[in-house]
Amino acid sequence: MACNSSGCESGGCYGREKDNGRKAVDVKETVTLCVKCKCNEPMTFGDGGSDDGRFCAECFRSNVYGKFRLAVTSHAMITPSDNVLVAFSGGSSSRVALQFVHELQVKALKNYEASRDRSLPVFGVGVAFVDESAAYPALYGGVSDAIAWVRSTVLSLSPPGKDLHVVPIESVFGSDSVEARDRLVKLLDSVSDETGKEDLLLHLKMLSLQKVASENGYNRLVVGSCTSRLASHVLTATVKGRGYSLSADIQHVDARWKVPIVLPLRDCVWQEITRLCHLDGLKTVELARHPQSGINDLVSSFVALLQEENPSRECTIVRTAAKLTPFYFNKIPETDDSCVPMATQRRLKKFNLKYDGSMTTEAFCPICNCPLNGSDSSEDESDALYAASCSSCRFQILPQDGSSLEQFGSLLPHHMISQVKHHQKVDSQTYLREKIKDCLLLDDEEAV
Amino acid sequence: MEASEAKSKKQGASRLCCLCNQRRPVLKRPKTLQQICKDCFYEVFEEEIHQVIVKNGLFKAGERVAIGASGGKDSTVLAYVLSELNRRHSYGLDLFLLSIDEGITGYRDDSLETVKRNELQYGLPLQILSYKDLYGWTMDDIVKMIGLKNNCTFCGVFRRQALDRGAALLKVDKLVTGHNADDIAETVLLNILRGDIARLSRCTSITTVYIREGDLHTYAYFKKLDYFSTECIYSPNAYRGFAREFIKDLERLRPRAILDIIKSGEDFRIATTTKMPEQGTCERCGYISSQKWCKACVLLDGLNRGLPKMGIGRARGGANGDHHKETKKPASAGRSLESKQCGSLDF
Repeated sequence: MACNSSGCESGGCYGREKDNGRKAVDVKETVTLCVKCKCNEPMTFGDGGSDDGRFCAECFRSNVYGKFRLAVTSHAMITPSDNVLVAFSGGSSSRVALQFVHELQVKALKNYEASRDRSLPVFGVGVAFVDESAAYPALYGGVSDAIAWVRSTVLSLSPPGKDLHVVPIESVFGSDSVEARDRLVKLLDSVSDETGKEDLLLHLKMLSLQKVASENGYNRLVVGSCTSRLASHVLTATVKGRGYSLSADIQHVDARWKVPIVLPLRDCVWQEITRLCHLDGLKTVELARHPQSGINDLVSSFVALLQEENPSRECTIVRTAAKLTPFYFNKIPETDDSCVPMATQRRLKKFNLKYDGSMTTEAFCPICNCPLNGSDSSEDESDALYAASCSSCRFQILPQDGSSLEQFGSLLPHHMISQVKHHQKVDSQTYLREKIKDCLLLDDEEAV
Repeated sequence: MEASEAKSKKQGASRLCCLCNQRRPVLKRPKTLQQICKDCFYEVFEEEIHQVIVKNGLFKAGERVAIGASGGKDSTVLAYVLSELNRRHSYGLDLFLLSIDEGITGYRDDSLETVKRNELQYGLPLQILSYKDLYGWTMDDIVKMIGLKNNCTFCGVFRRQALDRGAALLKVDKLVTGHNADDIAETVLLNILRGDIARLSRCTSITTVYIREGDLHTYAYFKKLDYFSTECIYSPNAYRGFAREFIKDLERLRPRAILDIIKSGEDFRIATTTKMPEQGTCERCGYISSQKWCKACVLLDGLNRGLPKMGIGRARGGANGDHHKETKKPASAGRSLESKQCGSLDF
């Protein structure tokens, strides 16, 4: 039995009682075995969390890795011909994601070298670290150390070797770093809402990851978001009026981006991840966070409070949200690419049958890229950016008065603005014609 | 002279009601943070309710309408405003007050006195139904048996049915309740937290005037309405409390977030197949039910048999399943059980 007394200092106090092959039996407590394999001693992490002292180290580890592998295979997240970029922040979740992806790659390499025909290539892995120091100048001192640590960590994860891309967040504005940094600061300063500022930074972060991924030939972006992170996201989205687009953000796959995002740790909880880091000695680095006083922080504290009351609450929240209908882009798109192995193509087809066939094209908010609810759009808006954006971004990110709005638009990265122009050009007649063109018999509109 | 003139001008310039620009503002409206005078506030408040009623075609002339009245601020404001609008806009409605006595000493007995006063003040006939008469149990009895966890489940289920029974007794066509925007927002959050996707889709589909709780307080205060303002003594452990605390904190950061929660609730992409359960009737009492027995009967049966956990949490075979076995027993076995059927009304 795991030692339950809070005063116990050592992690595995019961284990040391074995003497000459005989297990010392406490009058009150008996030594138990791992509930899964029934062979080994259970691990105690002593972190006060649930399920402590039930599984041995091996079974615990294989549980977590198993969830990762299941997510990867059943959603065709990583296939032999892919080139995968892992977003690495230095935190526990992304450290575990990186570790697991590396182990998957090692296994693939082993199989490749052992196979006779070498038909299945080994997928490529790169690592991206986003340097946000331009947004948080106070952190500047810590960043170079963090980057050095990231570099050495990535180096240690070879063979197979992995490229490291250190991406300054201001790179979304262009290559001139001084001008870009300046523009970033100006842009963030023009957002008055605290939460809006935090969220805008998240959107820019994703843009910078997308940029480095597509510029370097990656076709998948691995993000280490776990169940706990998604639980908070469910509540923040609800509270910001983003109920329509919520289901797009919490699936295993998000292919609305140029480089599809995959979440292989979606089914793992924070507690498992931190325990795994402890178990495997995976080091992490936590950059001093800008003090967050907005809604995002309030929700995190709320979820932590709920977790105290019931440790399964995060899972329930995500499970509920998972019952919402996802979007057509929440799956890896099928492909006729001959490079993709047949097995993968078959799996994609089988998986995609689960979704209803409606391939409706959605309009997206240029700032946060969320699918727009039809009822949100207002047509008589003088400002194109305002008209194209979702109601949440309109409230918490866009400036409220007309002149500031124009200036704000000029500060946004080109990629966001170009979407607005595209949105404007498509009028309803053209849009409809595009949708039905396969059914039209005559090319000439006037003949109708 | 000039100095005092300038002073009063300065006061006048920045301190006139935003809406009428005539009277002195006496409050900052919680919903919009506008500075407005009393009369304008009454007007916008009452107009908002009137618009929802008209736009949604909630009532027809000649209908009998029961107002769920607890004596609290929500139902008091509702009763006051509805009777006022009924008069002003000639809705032609026959209004009644319907109050439920859950049998909570030191809480409900006090608030009922308020409702009795409302009957006189607003000239609306009052009907009181008690849990004791309907179910044979008061909340005091129930809490004595089950303690302070899950008692809100019992009370909520019993009250909803009691309101329906009362409405039938009064032969009314519609029942209105004083749920406000904050209540709905709490419910949306609760349903997310507790995994009830079906309820999540239903809770925002009923026609509601999304009045913020702050506005209700303000209206009741300025109109000097007579209401009872204490928390139910059995509620401290209610799970809803978590959601309520969170919403209060959220409101401080961003007041419009409460309405945003409701918007999210309305926008959630929920498959239509999950929306409505099949409507049937309870085999035991004839009340509307989606299962063999309505929830009230299940809970009541549990209470009567000394199994208070029945009907709480996930059903294992279900009380509805268990019941099937029980019917085979001879009827004489349950001495006072048979008499404790819920309600004596035919449906």
